[in-house]
Amino acid sequence: MNALTGVNRRELLKTAILGCAASRLPGCSPHKLPPAGKLLSPAFDLGHRLRDGYRPVPAAADWQDTDVLIVGGGIAGLSSGWRLNHAGVDRFLLLELETEIGGTSRSGQSGITAYPWGAHYVPVPHADNRAFWRLLAEMGAASPHESGSFSVKEHILCREPHERLFVQGHWTQGLFPTSAATATDLHQWNDFQDKISYWIDWRDAQDKPAFTIPLARCSTDKVVTALDEIPMTEWMQRQGWDSEPLMWFVDYCCRDDYGLTVEQTSAWAGLFYFASRRQSSDQSAPEVLTWPEGNGRIVQYFAQGLGSRVQTGQAVLSIEQTDGENGPVRIVVLDRQTSRVHGIHAQQVIFAAPQFLARYLISDLSPRRKSDARQFQYGAWIVANIHLTNRPQEHEFPLSWDNVFYNSPSLGYVVATHQQGIDYGPTVWTWYLPLCDELPADVRQKLLDLTWEHWAEFVVTDLERAHADIRDCITRVDVMRWGHAMIQPRPGFIWSSARRKAATAEGAIHFAGTDLSGVALMEEAFYHGVRAAEEVLTAGSHSFSSYL
Amino acid sequence: MNQAPLFLLYLNVLIIATCGLIYELLAGTLASYLLGDSVTQFSLVIGIYLSALGVGAWLSSFVQEKLARCFIEIELAVALAGGTSGPLLFLAFGYISWFQPLLYGMVCGIGILVGLELPLLMRLLRDHVEFSDLVSRVLTFDYIGALLGALLFPVLFVPYLGLVRTSLLFGILNALVGLWGTYLLRPLLSAQGLGSLRGRAALVTGLLIVGIIKAESITSLAEENQLAGRVVHTESSPYQRIVITEDETGFQLFLNGQLQFNSADEYRYHEALVHPVMGSCRHPQRILVLGGGDGLAVREILKYPTVTSVTLVDLDPSMTSLADHFPPLLKLTDSALRDRRVTLVNEDAFLWVDEAHDQFDAVVIDFPDPGTYSVGKLYTNYFFTRLRKRMAPDAVVGIQCSSPLVSPESYWCVVNTLEQSGFHVRPFHATVPTFGVWGFALAALGELPSEPQLAPTVSPHLRFLNQSVLDDLFIMPRDINRVETEINRLNNQVLVRYHDREWGRWE
Repeated sequence: MNALTGVNRRELLKTAILGCAASRLPGCSPHKLPPAGKLLSPAFDLGHRLRDGYRPVPAAADWQDTDVLIVGGGIAGLSSGWRLNHAGVDRFLLLELETEIGGTSRSGQSGITAYPWGAHYVPVPHADNRAFWRLLAEMGAASPHESGSFSVKEHILCREPHERLFVQGHWTQGLFPTSAATATDLHQWNDFQDKISYWIDWRDAQDKPAFTIPLARCSTDKVVTALDEIPMTEWMQRQGWDSEPLMWFVDYCCRDDYGLTVEQTSAWAGLFYFASRRQSSDQSAPEVLTWPEGNGRIVQYFAQGLGSRVQTGQAVLSIEQTDGENGPVRIVVLDRQTSRVHGIHAQQVIFAAPQFLARYLISDLSPRRKSDARQFQYGAWIVANIHLTNRPQEHEFPLSWDNVFYNSPSLGYVVATHQQGIDYGPTVWTWYLPLCDELPADVRQKLLDLTWEHWAEFVVTDLERAHADIRDCITRVDVMRWGHAMIQPRPGFIWSSARRKAATAEGAIHFAGTDLSGVALMEEAFYHGVRAAEEVLTAGSHSFSSYL
Repeated sequence: MNQAPLFLLYLNVLIIATCGLIYELLAGTLASYLLGDSVTQFSLVIGIYLSALGVGAWLSSFVQEKLARCFIEIELAVALAGGTSGPLLFLAFGYISWFQPLLYGMVCGIGILVGLELPLLMRLLRDHVEFSDLVSRVLTFDYIGALLGALLFPVLFVPYLGLVRTSLLFGILNALVGLWGTYLLRPLLSAQGLGSLRGRAALVTGLLIVGIIKAESITSLAEENQLAGRVVHTESSPYQRIVITEDETGFQLFLNGQLQFNSADEYRYHEALVHPVMGSCRHPQRILVLGGGDGLAVREILKYPTVTSVTLVDLDPSMTSLADHFPPLLKLTDSALRDRRVTLVNEDAFLWVDEAHDQFDAVVIDFPDPGTYSVGKLYTNYFFTRLRKRMAPDAVVGIQCSSPLVSPESYWCVVNTLEQSGFHVRPFHATVPTFGVWGFALAALGELPSEPQLAPTVSPHLRFLNQSVLDDLFIMPRDINRVETEINRLNNQVLVRYHDREWGRWE
């Protein structure tokens, strides 16, 4: 059986989750549930209320002025604030809908350790990504050299052992299922790597690489962008590859980075994943930077620098460009805690929220933009944090940072205490499941409507694939449902005009967000945040030298 | 039945009896090897085995039909249970906590099966032999078999085959008796199912033969080939498996199967580990020991009257309390860990260096060899850099770093990594018969004194070092010259790879 045919896996996921749900009916519980835990989710209802046309008006006395308003406290919005701060602009506000900033880079903290709720690592950036190195050095994660280059500090680089795979009943080092591979599989795996090397070294007439980060610096040569027209599977079939372990591996990577299966991912995006992080095929794959709380560490660093200018629980209800005296943009905001509606006049706005919200929030959005925004599609994720009193017994390749199960719908788990060097005793594991299968809308809704009991059982059952005795080690399982977690680089999207034009400002409204790149990466969110802030600086006639 | 098969049936009795006794001896030996206290273990195993034989004999009365088939089935069951008992118990010992119930359960099960054999066989022969002859001959061969087993086991099988192969070999003999029985007892067997019976007999034989071929990997998994002596103490902590064995030379401590010291020559190792550091410090008062939960390094440190405090950081409370449960260690350490100057900290040194606030005049690092990532992290550039915060300005570190002869890359990787972390390093070595040529290093943030001096008050209390021997430790022979290595970092852990590769060649 080819484990990767969409139908099979869809069935697997459906029966696994919904079957699990059925077994949880009262009175027929086969297993002991974790003793504690919560079901969490971002504020769905407010988003949906906005979509349904909720538009209150603030009283005249409830207006304030600011130079720049940043809408959205994810990495993009925070990066904009960081860049403005550096340029000496201090009259700005950042409003976040949720009670916590960070978006999908959010993190949590318990008595055992801090742990991520989403994005949990960043690959070491290219030497020419100056803006990002500046941030890392400022955070104390990298040290500058006299030559002007930087290196990441030892304890921030992911500690060995990095990753392991549970395949055919055994834990093995690395993520490629070598132990399940035949000679043909290994041959195709080598061919695959050669092909990736080819694309790493490829340059266009202007010497631009095919794939690099930030994505804005990629070649737009038709030879490369044509890859965006076909799915990754088709590209692999054209190479004559049919190896199941290879397909699994590429599929795993697509699900990990994009929340899409290998059939759903554009070949351009698939190759981007493998080829964008090396500037030459002589280089080894880049190491990754990570923290116990994942990219939550970067969020906290940004937040410290921004102080009280970051306001959480603030739902922006509308953004309207006028010719008013107090600033050209009028923003209406609902304070979710006090339910007070108030207004802000801003000279400039950075819209650092997902594009799909733009058409509900921004009045008089151009019709082109409105229809373009529909092309931005987002995937849902389930992320669980599992608290353990102790680690399950093991005798094979040891617990690693990233622990993956072959042929599971989940992506496995990362260990929050790993980077701290805590190798014994209590720990927290963060488990990831992208809901990438083309499930009918009602099934998808059912998944998102499942109770904590269902999800906790599903998570624990998945872990039991490799850890038969895990149930007794678990003290709590918290489950986050991310509805619109990740922009999806399906075929045709990345090089569509909708995506390419989305970063263009509309009057005094500038756009930031990783979805503008079509791939959900910390580096892309940061790039757009800094870029939008520099647009604001230019519009405000500030003198500055670009970080980009 | 004619006379020839009858004689062959007596041969069967002989083999069965030998096998039966061998399984009993095996279980007894294994139990005293692994659990220690051989008198209790042997006595328990024999008692359980004999009573199980009785249970088997009693149960035989319930077999009324198809005696011959039943006999052969039991032969195969004995072959499988007895034959795999050795490897199974060895493997189980390292992995499960309910080893004793398993051991006694297996002894009981094998005993019952063996107890069924002779009564059934005697009933099979009843119609062919005079009863008085039958009893006398069967019992004669039974006792001869027992004698044979008892003589061959210690003289031939344990020394030349080892417990695992002996167990499998006798399993095969039992299985062959079963297979042979399908021919010998053919007249008493119905044709129905005969093929499947022979097939199963062949399958059991085949399985056990595969077991013998694979015995090497089974024993390397188990502790058999690592434990030369008798096991006198075992303990499983959340961090490691602690085993102490004893032989004529003294006792030996194993952690996860790795030999840590032999009481006969540990003084050479610990004197070389401690006195060069102490002799390099001007006024050693506050001493830090990382690892070394056995207390032997602390014993050496306490020989200095200037020492006011020793802080011992060892992950495993079972290690630092081992002397309380194993009196010979208490004696060997001169009760060092009970000295009022000693503070025990049971924490991972990797985390402790960041959390502690004290500074020390001398640091003795006695971690196990870097065979795993969780130990390898303690030899990284990052760890050594953090350790600097725990050192007084002119403090000196002494560290064990594996064998420069067996594992040159591992040894020099530690030295190179210390240098990368800002230390001045002086490599040295000592010969410890149990380990061979062993590598150490002195490291300090400033210049190291060129010649560590043995304190005159301490010198008379040493068995290995005097000043000229100490001086000679720093002369590095040509065959352990420095080699280029990568730096051991948290994100590469090259040292674990070096160590695996280099020590792997010798196993």
